[in-house]
Amino acid sequence: MACEQGRGQLDAYLDGELEAAEDNALATHLRICASCAADALERLQMKRSVQMAGNRYAASAQLRNRIAKIVAAKPRRDSSWRWKILAVPALSLLVLSVAVNWYVGRENARRQRVYSELADLHVAALASATPLDVVSTDRHTVKPWFQGKIPFTFNLPDLQGSEFTLLGGRVTYLAQTPGAHLIYQIRKHQVSVFIFQDRGEETASLPSGQVHAMSFNAENWTQGGLRYFVVGDVSADDIQALSKLLQSAG
Amino acid sequence: MEVPDQALPNATFAELAMPLFDQLYNFARWLTQDTAEAEDLVQETYAKALRGFSSFQMGTNFRAWMYRILRNSFLSSRTGLKVAVAIDGDADESLLPTENATPESILIEQADREAVQQALTDLPVPFREILLLCEVEEMSYQEIAETLAIPIGTVMSRLYRARKALRDLLQKQNQGDRHGM
Repeated sequence: MACEQGRGQLDAYLDGELEAAEDNALATHLRICASCAADALERLQMKRSVQMAGNRYAASAQLRNRIAKIVAAKPRRDSSWRWKILAVPALSLLVLSVAVNWYVGRENARRQRVYSELADLHVAALASATPLDVVSTDRHTVKPWFQGKIPFTFNLPDLQGSEFTLLGGRVTYLAQTPGAHLIYQIRKHQVSVFIFQDRGEETASLPSGQVHAMSFNAENWTQGGLRYFVVGDVSADDIQALSKLLQSAG
Repeated sequence: MEVPDQALPNATFAELAMPLFDQLYNFARWLTQDTAEAEDLVQETYAKALRGFSSFQMGTNFRAWMYRILRNSFLSSRTGLKVAVAIDGDADESLLPTENATPESILIEQADREAVQQALTDLPVPFREILLLCEVEEMSYQEIAETLAIPIGTVMSRLYRARKALRDLLQKQNQGDRHGM
């Protein structure tokens, strides 16, 4: 591949928008051409700088509450949409699904990395002889323990009346960013809760929601500038119950 | 491991829309450059989206739909009408590669967060919004095309121009700093 052609495609390459064949050809070219590789690196740094700089503004809790009230009362949709979908010509559905899969594929690689790392942290902590640095079922003991150890603070829920018990916590790292790792017990299972500042490259703008990864269920969301992850081998319902408790405290 | 980008058939509006809240606010704040206006804009977006939810085609991209509502509301607001100048030559901009000047590479490596934030603020709205959608929201070109209601070819040429404008601004900032020293 000529440098000129490669340069013209670099942005689309870094945006994950090239077709597989073009993508491979350019990747090969970048391995052998130092000049184009330097150019690619510079553009990548620029992309990252914009990403870091662009995640700038956090909404107030009042606005969130106001919006939540506006949207809360809406009933579920009826299922009449199915008929509309069936009426759409098959071709446009195909085009749509190709476009969506393309995007999903690109995003999945990043999610996979984050969730693999979180699953590792969860398993590593449970397998450790000393899984917890602060052992206490009292949230008023666990929360202050993190003071000075991580660069943010968070609130933990009152668990009275729920099936969950707080076991304790430890400091953890995701993509070189310090955060809190809390372990909760439900029945015989242990569930990890990770809290990070929502500013790291790895977690920023990760879509919130539930996922099922490597036999673990997980849920993540942002709240007050913090990114929460709940990971465990319990059912999605249990993960969601714990998430709701944490959301109510945050 | 699949996180659906398509809206789930039985999801409520709240289930689909609330996870987008933080990012929508960030985007609104960047567009309006004002906290009160951004709050009004987000609230207006949610109210409009809720009203229009029955016409939303389930199975299509909900996120792009929400961003489109927010953006259209912004463009019809007083601030939006003032700033939304069309970018001339969008369609026929050829995708020429930028030159790889070494001093510039070093400059951009050193560009700190504040400098990039200032440059983004100084960019015209069409450039600012497309960079935010691509780099911060990590939307695909297809999603950006849906959000901005422009063809994919225009997404690519506008992105190219936006990136070039951002580089130029950072370079200018850097030269200004040097003169100031």
